[in-house]
Amino acid sequence: MKASIIKMTLALAIASFGLFSCGNEGVNKDEKTVDLQDLTKNQPEQHGSELKESDIVVTNPLNAEWVKAGQAIYNLKCQSCHRLTGDKLVGPGWKDVTKRRTPLWIMNMATNVEMMLETDPEAQKLLEQCMVRMPNQNLNKEQARTVVEFMRSNDGEK
Amino acid sequence: MKHSFKNFLFLVLLFSAGNILFTGCKPKGSGSAVASDAASKVYVAPGKYDEFYDFVSGGFSGQMAVYGIPSGRLLRVIPVFSVDPEKGYGYSEETKPMLNTSNGFIPWDDLHHIALSETDGVHDGRWVFANGNNTPRLARIDLRTFRTAEILEIPNSAGNHSSPFITENSEYIVAGTRFSIPLGDKQDVAINSYKENFKGTVSFISVDKTSGNMNIAFQILTPGINFDLARAGKGKSHGWFFFSCYNSEKANTLLEVNASQKDKDFIMCVNWKKAEEYVKAGKGIKKSVRYAHNTYSDVTHSATSTMMNEVLMLDPKDCPDMIYFMPCPKSPHGCDTDPTGEYIVGSGKLAATIPVFSFTKIQAAIASKNYDGSFDGIPVLKYEAVLHGEVQKPGLGPLHTEFDGKGNAYTSFFVSSEIVKWNVESLKVLDRVPTYYSVGHLSVAGGPTKKPWGKYLIAYNKITKDRYLPTGPELAQSAQLYSIDGDKMKLLLDFPTIGEPHYAEMIPAELIAKNSLKIFKIEDNKNPYAALGDNNTKVERKGNEVHVYMTCIRSHFTPDNIEGVKMGDIVYFHVTNLEQDWDIPHGFAIKGANNGELLIMPGETQTLKWVPEKSAVFPFYCTDFCSALHQEMQGYIRVSPAGSNVPISFSTGKTTPDEIPTK
Repeated sequence: MKASIIKMTLALAIASFGLFSCGNEGVNKDEKTVDLQDLTKNQPEQHGSELKESDIVVTNPLNAEWVKAGQAIYNLKCQSCHRLTGDKLVGPGWKDVTKRRTPLWIMNMATNVEMMLETDPEAQKLLEQCMVRMPNQNLNKEQARTVVEFMRSNDGEK
Repeated sequence: MKHSFKNFLFLVLLFSAGNILFTGCKPKGSGSAVASDAASKVYVAPGKYDEFYDFVSGGFSGQMAVYGIPSGRLLRVIPVFSVDPEKGYGYSEETKPMLNTSNGFIPWDDLHHIALSETDGVHDGRWVFANGNNTPRLARIDLRTFRTAEILEIPNSAGNHSSPFITENSEYIVAGTRFSIPLGDKQDVAINSYKENFKGTVSFISVDKTSGNMNIAFQILTPGINFDLARAGKGKSHGWFFFSCYNSEKANTLLEVNASQKDKDFIMCVNWKKAEEYVKAGKGIKKSVRYAHNTYSDVTHSATSTMMNEVLMLDPKDCPDMIYFMPCPKSPHGCDTDPTGEYIVGSGKLAATIPVFSFTKIQAAIASKNYDGSFDGIPVLKYEAVLHGEVQKPGLGPLHTEFDGKGNAYTSFFVSSEIVKWNVESLKVLDRVPTYYSVGHLSVAGGPTKKPWGKYLIAYNKITKDRYLPTGPELAQSAQLYSIDGDKMKLLLDFPTIGEPHYAEMIPAELIAKNSLKIFKIEDNKNPYAALGDNNTKVERKGNEVHVYMTCIRSHFTPDNIEGVKMGDIVYFHVTNLEQDWDIPHGFAIKGANNGELLIMPGETQTLKWVPEKSAVFPFYCTDFCSALHQEMQGYIRVSPAGSNVPISFSTGKTTPDEIPTK
């Protein structure tokens, strides 16, 4: 008696669940061509593409306007973490940075820090020392170039 | 025997449970079962985005919540009409003016309805509007920043419930008063002189096409009744607005009984193009009244509150053919126009039918003056003359109706706790599903527009009870997501919401996501107290005010040691976040501050006012985890007794004591 009730119960349950699945047309997700993740990349942020040696021309004498513009950017966006002396604050001091690093390295670091921290051994070494990922400070290529000019001036170039 | 009886009971229970599931397949099934593939329909893989944004009223929280649909994940709570400690809204000196009104600063209101901006009757993804229900206000939220950009107080109104419904090109949003009240100079009248002294208004607020700025274009003076909800005409009925009204009995007490006496109340039809003509013709009367207009600038990163003192009022007795009443059974609540603009669905919340009115017939009745008398001098159209038909026995307590663009309407039923799908032309009921429990508003994606997106329907319920893990007497609110792609509605998901969800609107994510701002450019920061770079940090005394111009970046403040503050001083910390990286806000908190804390977005400046209450050294720190050295992001400020000779000084990175100046 007991066993047969259980059997019946099971049978009914299976039948119910089986029948239930008949109404499943549900939502048909449109396969949209639009890529939302991609759409959100059109921002004022200046995460640049990797710069190449050929993108950068370094000449003497220094471009005085660039030095000035670079210093203004330094004051607004860099000074909080970088001293103009050799002293480390959050990041390394800038004294002699143009002698330690190429302009290409500096500009990629400024405009493309994510790539550098992923791929460049020197940048990775700095992260281990400083323990703070250098923030993207929203510089474009031209702005980064003026910062290099200011660094050269800081290192005594004429 | 006893045992087998138990088993039998179990069997019966299981069988009936099976039946409930089973009925989902039947044409007239209750559909209480969740679709078996529901999980895959609502699953959004890690790192992937939802298909829709859902902007949901936060009800008595005063805020607006944003969910991703179909996952039901909470993405953001946008502070609107209430202070929000999570964002510093209403705490920072820059945001306080947003909550200013003619009654002063109001920290907590009640947000009911959502209106997404439209162009050509379709969502354009620029702004979302919401109403402040208690102290009548309207808010505009900028969908680039997901922040409240503007709040406009509505004068001559009390309980801004019938709001902020929008016209098809965002020409106007409206604000109909829920309470009628005495207006003008003499408001001190006996409450039971209601019939003689109480009046209503509906306001038309223009929206600037470029800036979005709101302005009260005109108000219409109305009989002293209650306005509930509204919808703009669209397509052929563009130029008209429809407001549901109750309490045509003009009761001033126990409305539960006294405002339910008549068989029919009204839907008020407003010809707003005609109203515009009257405004142009100078028929408007300027009324003196104070109301606040608050705007927030993303350039100065601060709000301004301006007190306005005049509105233009149109009196229907000077403006014939501008408004008409249309009888509607039993205290109508929802008043919804279908995508074609031809049909207006009135939901008498105490009625047993749903009347559907025809715009063409309304126009014919007006042309032939097919009236059924008048109400306070305003023509009442004959019910039968304007009626397309009634949906018979749809359910109990119809509240709101939305549309799918395929000729179907979906009406929520509070009392019978269900959503009923019916055909607008034939008025035939097609399907019904239960809700959990007591649904109020419902929302179809794009449901109020000319071209609904369809696909999903969400029920926003008034009662939660046992839907989630219990959390004491106070529970999360309950929403249910249904698929409406097929002939039958299918339950997919329960998700909890904040406050009490009234209305909500869904919009395809791509219309908004692509414009979402990541940072504020520091070069554009025009806050007068911004410290643009460490060279501009300083501490200035102006009488008993001390202004600290401070910067922050991973992971320190400049300055981080401050001295020279004295008891009796008011200290303003103006903190500028120099970061230009997405999602790197910094927080600012100082021990003992009874005015809250700050949260500062990249490129932004925000100000905390602090009145020290004792002489001591107080620590401050960053409250939003920002880097591996976040725990090091801190500083001290010294407060000396009044009359002390400790000079103002400030520094970062300095470890030797200042010279104490000798007298």
